Parts: sequence; structure tokens; C-alpha cells
Amino acid sequence: MSSIVLAIVIGAAFGAVLDRIGATNPNWIGKMLTLTNLHLMKTILLAIGTGSVLMFGGQMLGLVEVGHMSVKTAYVGVFIGGLMLGAGWAAAGYCPGTGVCAAASGRKDALFFIAGGLLGAAAYMVTYPAWKATGMLEGEKLTLGAVPGTDYPAFLNISGDVLGIVMGLVFVVIAFALPERLRGMGEAVAPAE
Amino acid sequence: MTLNWKLGGLLLGLVFFGAVLLVKPIGVSTQFVILDAIVGNTVNPELITQTDDGYTSSNAYLAKSGGKYAKNAANPLNYSFVFVLAMALGAFLSAMARGGVGVDERRLPAIWYANYGDTPMKRYAVAFLGGFIVLYGARLAGGCTSGHMMSGMMQTAISGYIFAAGAFAAAIPTAMLLYRKEG
Repeated sequence: MSSIVLAIVIGAAFGAVLDRIGATNPNWIGKMLTLTNLHLMKTILLAIGTGSVLMFGGQMLGLVEVGHMSVKTAYVGVFIGGLMLGAGWAAAGYCPGTGVCAAASGRKDALFFIAGGLLGAAAYMVTYPAWKATGMLEGEKLTLGAVPGTDYPAFLNISGDVLGIVMGLVFVVIAFALPERLRGMGEAVAPAE
Repeated sequence: MTLNWKLGGLLLGLVFFGAVLLVKPIGVSTQFVILDAIVGNTVNPELITQTDDGYTSSNAYLAKSGGKYAKNAANPLNYSFVFVLAMALGAFLSAMARGGVGVDERRLPAIWYANYGDTPMKRYAVAFLGGFIVLYGARLAGGCTSGHMMSGMMQTAISGYIFAAGAFAAAIPTAMLLYRKEG
């Protein structure tokens, strides 16, 4: 039962923050992906960095249960699926979480996104055996470094928690270093048409 | 109206950290499968079946990994499914607290109007198709923007970096092609 309470509290906080940072707004997603306004990209990078530093730092201090980590398998299908998700994300302006949040905040197109998503997920359920037969779903749950207290295979043979903090800081630095926009309005040189 | 990226990023990072501190990393896209399975099992009660040591399904995807998806669909009052429902509630309350999404935006986002005019049907068709590709891709990849990109890269998971590379490699050219005018 307590896990349900946690689901409600963390879930509601997640939905509220997604709403407040503009991630549930297809206009902000469009600006980010056309590189005309990177505000949301900076937000996301800072969030990944913050989460990483706190999680690995907490693990090193013994405050965070290492067993709560859940690393997904790396396989060829991750990249192919990523390409597909990226194309749909750009076209619709929603990803699975933000689409649900956008529908909840009253956006009508997000309801169509969810309907399409349910059909897409069902299509995958039906075609899963064909993907499995290709071997493209085979892989390992690799982490960048060796994380103490886990048995995830490491990509590099170095301390995974220190590396996790370093990577987190790299994300924070990139978040600060990224300009507000890479192209579009205010550009000195017009792009070749 | 939108939070400054420093505050917004910090808050979002704290939510992702809080999730892994208290329970497990955040993920969303699996719950589309769970809802499909719940609906499917209502239409065809033989989709999910109980066994001596858990649940299984006539669908190979629901039956994989010891039937964990079948089990969650048979018991929807579980952490991950309630999490997604609560996420929708949180977004709703947050949107209401800031005055709600405008009538025009609810009907048609500005970026669509700027590029394609007042064509809501076309927009809904693109949103539907986009949703199809997004969830098919997310299930093939084994996660979405939350699970792979955010939770994954936060944990230095190689799968997270691979996913993010694929997602942005497709998303940036697609967005540039479809949305030439800023909203």
C-alpha cells in the first residue's frame, strides 16, 4: 500500500514539473527540436546532471540504495526504436509521458496521440516475435563504468560511481554552455535556401 | 509562465532522484502496453491466465520475463500504473493552477497554426500517427524519453546514450522539415 502512496506522490510531482517546464507543450518541443530555442534542452540536461550527481553521490555516502538502480539492456533495437520515437516525437510534439500530461491539461491533439500510442504499443505486442527472431533484441545491461554493489557489466573498467558524478557534472556544464538558440531569428547570416 | 531552466531543471532532477531514492527509476511507456493488455483481457479473457507461480499470456510479449507484464495488467493497482495516472493528475492540477491551457492552444498548438493554418483534422491525424510511431519505437527500444533518455543517462546506462542518439538523430531533421516557421 505504501508503494501506491509513493506512486501518487512521485507521479503527481513528475506531472506537475513536466507541465511547468514546458515539456507538455508541443510549441516548446518544436522550438527545441528545430534548435530555435534550447531552453527546454537546457532544462533536461540540468535535470539529468542533477539526478546523476545526487544518485551516485548518495550511493557513495551509503544514503541511496544501489539496488534501486534499474539499467536497461543495450541492443540494436534500442537505436532503431530511438529513431522511430524521435521521428514521432518531432511530428506530434509529444513523447509517452508528456502526451498523457498534455491530454490531462486539456490538449485535444494529445488525445489522438494517446490513441495512436495505444495502437502502436499493441502493434508491437503482435510483432514482437518477429523482432525477437532477428536477434536485434539481444544485448547486455551495460553501464559506462563499474558501479560498486551492482553486477552490471561495465563498458569501461573504471569506478562507476565516480564516473557517474563526472558525467553528471558534464551534463550540468553542457546545460550552462548551450546557447539559447542555435538558429532562426536574430541570426547574422541567412541560411542558404 | 514556463519555469526558468535552472529552477525547472533542478526540480525535474530532484523528481528523478527522489524516484530512484525511494522506489525505482521513472518510466512511462510500458504502461501503454499494460492498458492495452487490460483492455485486451476484458475483450478476450483468455489473453492473461494465472499459473501456479504467477501469470502468463497467450501473447509472447506479455508473457516474456516470467509474465511480469501479464501480472501487472492483471493487477492494475501497482506502482508503475498508478504512477502514470498520478502523473496525469499532477499535470492537470498544475495546468489549472496556472490558469489552464488557452482555448486556442487546446484546439490547435501555435506551432501547427503557424505552419499549416487552421487545419485541426490534419493536426489530429499527425498526432495519431506520431503516437503510433512513438509507442512502437519506445517498445522496440524498451523505454522512452523518461525511462531511457532521462533515467537511463542519469544512471550512465549505455542503452540510454544509444537511445538518445537515435531519438535526436531522427527528431531534429524531422522537426526542421515539418516546422519551418516558429510557433
